[in-house]
Amino acid sequence: MEIKILGTGCPKCKLLEQATRNTIAEMGITASIEKVEDIVKIMGYGVMQTPALVINEKVIISGRVPSNSEIKDVLNKNQ
Amino acid sequence: MKLMKDLKSKLWLPFLLLPVWYLIYHFLQPMSNWVIDSVLGLEKGKHLTEALRFFIFEVPKVLMLLALIIFFVGIVRSYFSPERTRKILEGKSTFTGNILASLLGIVTPFCSCSAIPLFLGFVETGVPLGVTFSFLIAAPMINEVAVILLFGMFGWKVALIYVLTGLTIAITAGYIIGKLKLEHRVQDWVYQTKMGNSAEGEEKLKLSGRIRFGYDAVKEIVGKVWIYVIIGIAVGAGAHGYVPQDFMAALMGKSSWYSVPLSILIGIPLYSNAAGIIPIVSVLIEKGASLGTSLAFMMAVIGLSLPEMIILKKVLKLPLIFAFVGIVATGILIVGYLFNFIF
Repeated sequence: MEIKILGTGCPKCKLLEQATRNTIAEMGITASIEKVEDIVKIMGYGVMQTPALVINEKVIISGRVPSNSEIKDVLNKNQ
Repeated sequence: MKLMKDLKSKLWLPFLLLPVWYLIYHFLQPMSNWVIDSVLGLEKGKHLTEALRFFIFEVPKVLMLLALIIFFVGIVRSYFSPERTRKILEGKSTFTGNILASLLGIVTPFCSCSAIPLFLGFVETGVPLGVTFSFLIAAPMINEVAVILLFGMFGWKVALIYVLTGLTIAITAGYIIGKLKLEHRVQDWVYQTKMGNSAEGEEKLKLSGRIRFGYDAVKEIVGKVWIYVIIGIAVGAGAHGYVPQDFMAALMGKSSWYSVPLSILIGIPLYSNAAGIIPIVSVLIEKGASLGTSLAFMMAVIGLSLPEMIILKKVLKLPLIFAFVGIVATGILIVGYLFNFIF
């Protein structure tokens, strides 16, 4: 699974990255996590609010930091 | 089954809490008096007693108001995503567009760290530059925290004046920027960037999800601003009895013509959210600063900030940033003088 965190470096973006890493470690799944900070690339995903969570090139969540259980949920669904 | 039950109880919780909230709010004044006079047994009329009385009453009052309103505003906001706002604004004629954008700026969730993607997202899908600016001016300046604090500390009239003047500034400034045809003053890469199609689609929320949105908003915003509220009110309480009544009159009073531009000049580089600045403004007013000057100061601090300019520098060329600051500052200047003149 390929996961990307879109964000220009705001505090919330770091929160989302941390939460996602933790959840993945907890679930024990193998996934690559990439932080995308380039605004042009971020715009390429059609996201207007950061942070955003992208799984396998699909924007799942944008503009907020979801709870850990929600992250788990979307990871399960999009595996 | 259990899940359903959980959801349901969560749904009703806020509505059960509402009467409790009302009761506490209603009896806050007698309760704080009781704590000061009976429990602590402090002597009435002394500076320290009155400062404490002010503090003990104001802190819970403002925090309770914040929690309540942010909860409901959070629910309302869950209906206005930036994507939806953009769709409404696409291809709107300038003047109507400016009005709509300013109004939507109030209800669309906005965080200054999202200013750039939002700006790009708007401009690239054909929202006119001026209309985009109306949104960008209104969104940070007129927000629920500012309105609640103004209401709590100065009453509804001042809160209303603030909203109306803020809206007027956002509408006119955006309109003027649109008329100036400054599109070429946007950084060159902006119009070359291709905005991807949002694969996410509209996140569909059920009512329970919206209520959660409200909860989260309260947790996030109150969690962030409570400390400013307490510090601000503490400063206010301290100044209450100790600083002479007309301390600020000479500097920020009505009679000095330079007070409005001066407070705007001081306000622009200062960066604070509404929660931090409003309690301080209430002290300024109590100590003799005039309403117009204080309003101007507050708008300059909240609406124009150096960090925001630096962020915007990525997408705007300097002349456009100067035009933006100049026009908004002029608007604030007019508001300041106008209210000094009226009140």
